[in-house]
Amino acid sequence: MGLEQKLGDMGIVTTSLEKAVNWARSNAIWPMLFGLACCAIEMMSTQASRYDLSRFGMELMRASPRQSDLMIVAGRVSRKMAPVLRNLYDQMPDPKWVIAMGDCASCGGVFNNYAIVQGVDEIVPVDVYVAGCPPRPETLIDGIMKLQEKIKHEPLKKWQ
Amino acid sequence: MAIAEPPIRIEDAPLNAVRVDDVQLDITLEQLKKLVSPRALTGETMLLNMGPQHPSTHGVLRLLLELDGETIVSCIPDIGYLHTGIEKTAEGKTYLKVIPLTDRTDYLAPMSNNLAFCGAVEKLVGIEVPIRAQYLRVILMELTRMNSHLVWLGTHALDIGAMSVFLYCMREREMILDIYEAVSGARMMSSYIRPGGLWRDVPAHFPQLVQRVLDVFPGRILEYEKLLKENPLWKERTVGIGKISAEDAIAWGMTGPCLRGSGVNYDVRKAQPYSSYDHFDFSVPLGSNGDVYDRYKCRMEEFNQSLKIIRQAMKRLPPGPVMTDDRKVAPPPKHEIAYSMESLIHHFKLWTEGFRAPEGEVYFAVESGKGEYGVLLSGDGSPKPRRVHFRAPSFHNLQPLSEISKGALLADIVAIIGSIDIVLGDVDR
Repeated sequence: MGLEQKLGDMGIVTTSLEKAVNWARSNAIWPMLFGLACCAIEMMSTQASRYDLSRFGMELMRASPRQSDLMIVAGRVSRKMAPVLRNLYDQMPDPKWVIAMGDCASCGGVFNNYAIVQGVDEIVPVDVYVAGCPPRPETLIDGIMKLQEKIKHEPLKKWQ
Repeated sequence: MAIAEPPIRIEDAPLNAVRVDDVQLDITLEQLKKLVSPRALTGETMLLNMGPQHPSTHGVLRLLLELDGETIVSCIPDIGYLHTGIEKTAEGKTYLKVIPLTDRTDYLAPMSNNLAFCGAVEKLVGIEVPIRAQYLRVILMELTRMNSHLVWLGTHALDIGAMSVFLYCMREREMILDIYEAVSGARMMSSYIRPGGLWRDVPAHFPQLVQRVLDVFPGRILEYEKLLKENPLWKERTVGIGKISAEDAIAWGMTGPCLRGSGVNYDVRKAQPYSSYDHFDFSVPLGSNGDVYDRYKCRMEEFNQSLKIIRQAMKRLPPGPVMTDDRKVAPPPKHEIAYSMESLIHHFKLWTEGFRAPEGEVYFAVESGKGEYGVLLSGDGSPKPRRVHFRAPSFHNLQPLSEISKGALLADIVAIIGSIDIVLGDVDR
C-alpha cells in the first residue's frame, strides 16, 4: 500500500468520525435489484461483462429493500406503480439514497400523459438525476460516482 | 393596449401529485372469492404475493399465488404496473414522431417494433421501399432477434441459477449494441427504420461489425449449449415443466417460439413474408412437447437460423438508395434544398406538418423475437393517426400462465415466466 511506510510503525490514523463513516458508506453501496423498464436493461448491462460495476464497490444487488442502501429508479413509473415504489423506499433502512435513472424517472421523459408520474421526485427524494433515454452505462456509472462524492461530503445527521 | 394572456402550456398545467393513500392496493374479500378456491378463505391454502418488485418476474409483473404446500393451486397475474399510455400518446403525434414511442414498447427488440409500425404506415400510404433498405432491415431484424434472445437466455438462466450464462450473454449482446450504435447513434432506442426505408445508409464499417458477429457467434452458441443443453440440473428444472398443448397454445393466441415449442409451424416470416424475407433460405425450428425445455431449444436453434439469414443477406446486399424517392414522405437530401425550391417546400412541409396518410385501416405484422408483433393503424387523412394498436406478443403469451402453472411447484413458476419470455413494457404498453 505504501501507507504503512508513511505513517511509520505507529499503526494509528487520525481522522474525523464523519470522514471515516462517509468513506466506508460511499464505497459499499448496495443497490436494490429493482428494474422498471428500458433503463433496467441498461442497468443490467452496467453490472455485466463490459462495464462491470463491481469496480466501484456496488455490484452486490439486493433483491430485498431491507438490505439495500440505494434505489436506482430505472425506468418510467406509472401511477399504479407509484405507491409500490414509495412502499419499497419506506422499507429501506437508513441511510438511503435514490438515483433517478433516465428521463422518465427524472421528469417523465417523452411520456407526458395520464399514465406516467412526471418525475419520481414527486414521491421519493432524489439525490442524483441521470439523463438519457436510456442513459448509457457510462452515464449511470458517472451518476453513481457523483453520488459517492455527495456521500463523502454529507454531515453526520440523525436519519428519520 | 391589452396584453394577451399567454396560452397555458401543457408543462405548466398542475400535475396531480400522486398520493400514496389514494390508491387501493388490496382487493376486497368479495373480489377475492371469485379468483381463488374456497380453501384459501378457510386458511387451508396459502395466498402469496409475488411481485411487482421481484427479480424473477422480468419487470413489474405481479402474481397472486394460491399455494397448497409448494404446489400452485391458482395463479392470478396482475398487469398494468408499467402502463405507459403509448397507444394514446401516439394519437397525438405525427407518424414520424410515433417511431420513438414504438422503441419503448418491447425495449429488447426496438428495431422489430420500428419495422412493424413503419410497415403499417407504408401499407396505409402505399410506399415502395428500395431493395437495399429491405435487405438491411432483414439483417437488423435478425440481429434484433438475437439481441432479444440473448437477454432472454441470460435472465432465464439467471433465474434458474446459472449466473455465468448471464454474463456471457451480456458480453455478446454488446457486439449487437455496437452495431445499433454504429447505424443509429443510440445503443438501445434506435428509431432507425423510418416509413419509406431507413434514416440513413449504414456506415462504411458496418460489414466488418456484422462479420465479427458472424465469426464469433457460432462458437458462443456452442458454449451456451455446453453449459445448459445436457446439464442435468438444467434439464431437471425445464423438461416437462410448463407444458402447453398445440391446441391450447393456438387457442390462447400464443405466437413465436412459445407456439413453435408446442410444434405449431407458424412464423410470420413464412406465413406472410414482409421486407423480402421470401428471398432467403431458412427453416423454422419446432419443438414437440411444448415445455420449458422445448421452448429453450427452439430459441437456441433460432440463433443459428438468424445467422444463416444474415450471412445470405450480407452476401447479396445490393447497392442503391435506402430511402424511397417519394418526396411526399421522405425528406429530400440536404444538398438538393440549396438549389431546388420544390425540395425546400417538401422539407418544410415534412418537418412542420408531416405527411398525410389516407383514411383507412391496416394491419401489419412482423415476427419479432417474442412472436407476432402487429400494428393496427387507422388513419383519418390527417398527419396524425386516428388510432394505433399494438398486438404485443408478450401480452398474448402471458395469458395462459395461470393455466400452465396450475399444479406446478412454486420454483417452477420462475422457469415458466422465463420461458414465455415476456417484457412488461410490451404487455402493459
